[in-house]
Amino acid sequence: MIRLERRAVPAAKLSYVTPVIAVVLTMVFGGALFAALGKDPIAAIRTIFYEPLFGEFSFYYRPQLLVKATPLLLIALGLAMGFRAGIWNIGAEGQYIVGAICGAAVALAFYPLDSRIVFVLAVLAGMVGGALWAMIPAFLKLRFGTNEILVSLMLVYVAENLLAAMALGPLKNPEGLGFPGSRNLTQYEAANSWIAQDLGLHWGGVAAAVAVVVIFVLMGWHVLGFQIRVSGESPRAARFAGVRPQVLVVFCMAASGMLAGVAGYFEVSGPSGQISIDFNSGYGFTAIIVAFLGRLHPIGILLASFLMALTYIGGEIAQNQLGLPAAAIQAFQGMLLFFILGLDVFTNYRLKLIQRGVA
Amino acid sequence: MSELLRIENLTKAYPGVVANSDVSFTIGAGEVHALLGENGAGKSTLVKMIYGLVKPDAGAMTLMGQPFTPTKPSDARAAGVAMVFQHFSLFDALSVAENVALGMENPPSTRHLAQQIREVSQTYGLPLDPDRQVGDLSAGERQRVEIIRCLLQDPKLLIMDEPTSVLTPQEVDILFETLRKLQAEGTSILYISHKLDEIRALCQAATVLRLGKVVGRCDPTEKSASELAEMMIGSNLHRPSRPAQEVGPVALEVKNLSLPSLSAFGTPLKDISMTVHKGQIFGIGGVAGNGQDELLAALSGEMQAPRGAITLHGDAIGHLGPTERRKRSVMAAPEERMGHAAVPAMSLTENAALTGMQPKDLATRGMIDWGKARDFAAEIIARFDVRTPGTQTAASALSGGNLQKFVIGREVMQNPEVLIVNQPTWGVDAHAAATIRQALMDLASAGTAVIVISQDLDELMEVSDVFAALNEGRLSAARPAAGLSIEEIGLMMGGAHDLEVAHVAG
Repeated sequence: MIRLERRAVPAAKLSYVTPVIAVVLTMVFGGALFAALGKDPIAAIRTIFYEPLFGEFSFYYRPQLLVKATPLLLIALGLAMGFRAGIWNIGAEGQYIVGAICGAAVALAFYPLDSRIVFVLAVLAGMVGGALWAMIPAFLKLRFGTNEILVSLMLVYVAENLLAAMALGPLKNPEGLGFPGSRNLTQYEAANSWIAQDLGLHWGGVAAAVAVVVIFVLMGWHVLGFQIRVSGESPRAARFAGVRPQVLVVFCMAASGMLAGVAGYFEVSGPSGQISIDFNSGYGFTAIIVAFLGRLHPIGILLASFLMALTYIGGEIAQNQLGLPAAAIQAFQGMLLFFILGLDVFTNYRLKLIQRGVA
Repeated sequence: MSELLRIENLTKAYPGVVANSDVSFTIGAGEVHALLGENGAGKSTLVKMIYGLVKPDAGAMTLMGQPFTPTKPSDARAAGVAMVFQHFSLFDALSVAENVALGMENPPSTRHLAQQIREVSQTYGLPLDPDRQVGDLSAGERQRVEIIRCLLQDPKLLIMDEPTSVLTPQEVDILFETLRKLQAEGTSILYISHKLDEIRALCQAATVLRLGKVVGRCDPTEKSASELAEMMIGSNLHRPSRPAQEVGPVALEVKNLSLPSLSAFGTPLKDISMTVHKGQIFGIGGVAGNGQDELLAALSGEMQAPRGAITLHGDAIGHLGPTERRKRSVMAAPEERMGHAAVPAMSLTENAALTGMQPKDLATRGMIDWGKARDFAAEIIARFDVRTPGTQTAASALSGGNLQKFVIGREVMQNPEVLIVNQPTWGVDAHAAATIRQALMDLASAGTAVIVISQDLDELMEVSDVFAALNEGRLSAARPAAGLSIEEIGLMMGGAHDLEVAHVAG
């Protein structure tokens, strides 16, 4: 009989190894899935993990990696802080959308003013918009004790409808021949967030790099980060130590909303270009996976965002070249999260083979 | 006296520690047999083997002449062994009868069961209403639920693990009455305790355990309490002491403090007033669940009180949170070590910073100086003899006693003006307990106002200058601790719930 036995002390080292094991297991079981679909599993795995980095067309795919990883990284960094404190913002997708709308609205309000101040104001608007959208679940939680998981998630659907309304209404391109969608912000130099499009680098990448460092320091050395960690580990000890949970709820929700919102603006003024009905592409949800894949640690999240971007790009290549169905790629990504979370058990428990007791 | 249970050479080892080694003894029919030993001596492991919760590595048990190898508690129950645990496993939201039914394999109808409960409670003098909700019961009454649950099985052997730790002196009397009645009917009782006077009053035989081994057997009625203590500890115990104190000026004053309870089954505080002087140890007794947690939370700042209800040197601090109070040098150590006083998964360095942040100046402009925090943790470890590999060890890796020394030491080392502790030596071995009590006394000698909330009356009598008792959220008037008799204390604690011993039938 196999039994799980609680470890006296969580195995800290193991928590660094489990993501790697999870990736390997995902390759094995994903490969089996692809084989069951009648594809060559080795080729499929190779296409997903090798092709974008070192394949024939890697010069094209590598910048794409950065483009995909940037919003994931920004959003996941913010979410991870809340998750460490036990505050579950599941609605980053909505904050991302609202940030994009607010940023784009501010930028377009100044159109065609030619000044970089427009960009700065638009970035700030993106941050504020995302943060305010996240304040709705925070306020309801503190005032009425609602569950932030449900409220933030439901607000995603509200945000999606708001997006459609904006793309068709106030933000619609007046010179767009009646097509839905805003002006293209990449063609409005003052609001453009690209730094080097051929490298896939826009200001979001810079912001994400800064955020990694700031959050790394915050969580490791700042009192606030310490309070966040204590609250997540044991809320009672946190209250005893004088942590006010309300403050943390506001801070974590606002910070994660702000980062998601600003990611939204960088996206709309860069890779995406315009507010359109289906501007959002699920980064806000995928970032949840990225946050856990990176063990809620800023450096881990940095690595995880690129790994996740890789499965996206690689998955697309596999769809095109090998004819793998999109659902199989999604299942593949789901496996990754499953194994990460599943293997988490072993940091707190160990497997023990025991003989059945003699009666 | 015929033999009921014979235990021969029982041995049980856990990774890194031998809990029981070659333990043998016998319990006669109708005998009340004491199992004596300090915390960690192996008493719990031993009774868990008898009750089928733990499988021995070696050794044999014989019950009424038959080999006895229970692999699960239901085997033990079927063979006539019942156990009342130290920590009750009852559901607050269910009635007494429903709780009893939950523990039975084939429960009869609730109405029928309620009738049975009434009969048993009549017969054995354990007043209990089967229809009451368990959440509303006192600790003593909850224990009666557990005892009646056992008695309904008509056991041959009843194991009782530290049954009096939650009872007032009067409730102890009721319990002893019941146990003697059971004994007269031929039921054997295995009585686990480290309260020596009780054992001398109740038991006819005793087995003393130390570090998993039997170190002595005796008739406790023929030994003095100090002889028993020496058998248990194996050396002369250092008794904490301190010179007599002059009463200083008032440090902390609580006036008419009323607060709602922390949880649905907590106890609201009702009109509490107390005055604690500098250099004084104010002992607060009372049975668990009478508002101890709430009082500590109110004094530490976890629960905020009306502004003027608590004053420090005349300044109102009732409205302040824990951080503000610590800045004013009011420190606290709650009862629950894991997850309240300390974060289990965090290192001792981080746990030192948990409350030492402001008073020890561990952070400048929000940035924590981990080197300084580590030094602070190392100081605590050195001064309080905390057994740990180092400051990076997680709190959860420490034994209860060592973590308790760390938690108390952390507050003591911040030289508080007021220190509030709840159950400072709960579950701690005798040496660690003596260390902690001595530290509290030294602190008081140096001028700190110390409030000790405890359920251990011996401890309170040992350290306190004045004594008051909590009963259903009210605090009795304080009286000098010296010269208080156990009856007086019992009355201050509110006596027994349902004080009259129910008429014992037959």
